[in-house]
Amino acid sequence: MSKMHVKMNVNGAEVEGLAEPRTLLIHFLREQLSLTGPHIGCETSHCGACTVDLNGKSVKSCTVFVAQSNGAEVTTIEGIANADGTLHALQEAFREHHGLQCGFCTPGMITRAYRLLQENPNPSEEEIRYGISGNLCRCTGYQNIVKAIQAASDELNASKEAAQ
Amino acid sequence: MIPGSFEYHRPESVDGAIALLNEHGDEARLLAGGHSLIPMMKLRMAVPSHIVDLQAIDSLHGISEEGGELVIGALTTQHEVLTSDLLAAKCPIIPEAAALIADPQVRYCGTIGGNVANGDPGNDMPAIMQALGARFRAVGPNGSRDIAARDYYEAAYFTELEENEVLTQIRIPTPAVGHGSAYEKQKRKIGDYATAAAAVILTVESGRCISASIALTNVASTPLYAEAAAGALVGTDLGADAVDTAVRLAEEITEPTSDGRGPADFRTHVAGIMVRRAIARAQKNAG
Repeated sequence: MSKMHVKMNVNGAEVEGLAEPRTLLIHFLREQLSLTGPHIGCETSHCGACTVDLNGKSVKSCTVFVAQSNGAEVTTIEGIANADGTLHALQEAFREHHGLQCGFCTPGMITRAYRLLQENPNPSEEEIRYGISGNLCRCTGYQNIVKAIQAASDELNASKEAAQ
Repeated sequence: MIPGSFEYHRPESVDGAIALLNEHGDEARLLAGGHSLIPMMKLRMAVPSHIVDLQAIDSLHGISEEGGELVIGALTTQHEVLTSDLLAAKCPIIPEAAALIADPQVRYCGTIGGNVANGDPGNDMPAIMQALGARFRAVGPNGSRDIAARDYYEAAYFTELEENEVLTQIRIPTPAVGHGSAYEKQKRKIGDYATAAAAVILTVESGRCISASIALTNVASTPLYAEAAAGALVGTDLGADAVDTAVRLAEEITEPTSDGRGPADFRTHVAGIMVRRAIARAQKNAG
């Protein structure tokens, strides 16, 4: 089957490539663009390790064809850090609050939490747990992930206030 | 977990999609959110050689009210359903059920049209639509027709929709102001299909049940419209005898399979409990 010409904006840069339409977005990101932050965990849209931001929505990139994302805007964990190279508040908070142990789920977890905080800058603990229910972690028991997201939410809100 | 090869199409109109379906027959499959079809393609249980992606057809998106009907475009995502003020105000059972489907990432992609169209008995919206008396608008080469949700499902993955038709809209008679509704779903974990679930919609006046409808999810190869069970409630004060009768009549029509969610008898038992809880909650929020 012939390849198609695919163009998308990934982490702010225009990228293009040739791929079979059946290529899964996660494979295109990892193998053609060398963005190995999003991980392949279950490959069955359960674990959330492959989560990326696609046109302003969190998606599991193992369950999206590259053909569907032709023309889209994509953000991966590689595009989450601040423009000056410092860590994003979420990344900083995961480090500070031990929101990771083995780290396998972390790129998906942070990318998902990023969208969650865009939609709801002041989530309750319950809203955080519901909001990350599509991301599995087998190490932490989630407690420190929830704490990290709460801390990042506080930090982002404080810096927003300071900027005003 | 690599799907079979296919040619990809992204038509910009319903007519364009129908033309592709006509041209390629059963070699083509429609792609909405993809969260049922793509997993099936990864398992090679579906191997279409043409994929018709509906994402660029603007007319399939959106939620509105037109002359006493709520109209939901087939490509409206579960996330959009969940955050719709119109549905929250006029038909809260739909967002209530959407919140119980899968997880956030899946709800951003999964569409209500895909959920009702493909005939997966595990999907939640079909029973909701049967309880609401919804109709599905199907557009094909010879124009459009409406199919009642209660007549749409033939068997698992077999529906009234023809190969060359696109399900474009869900049309729901706006439920009466003051109606009560509830969707009770037992599942083993976030993201799971129901062990059993029940949708109940009631109108109550001065303590008497004026109308009732009940439908069940995942306890047969299709959703089940529990007409007799609902009939046992109408005209009563929803007391213990009426509810016991409704629960028994609902249990009687179930035909679940034994699977990882439990033996068939257990799933029938759970269906009864879901009906009982949903009646109680719908009664509470009526008025």
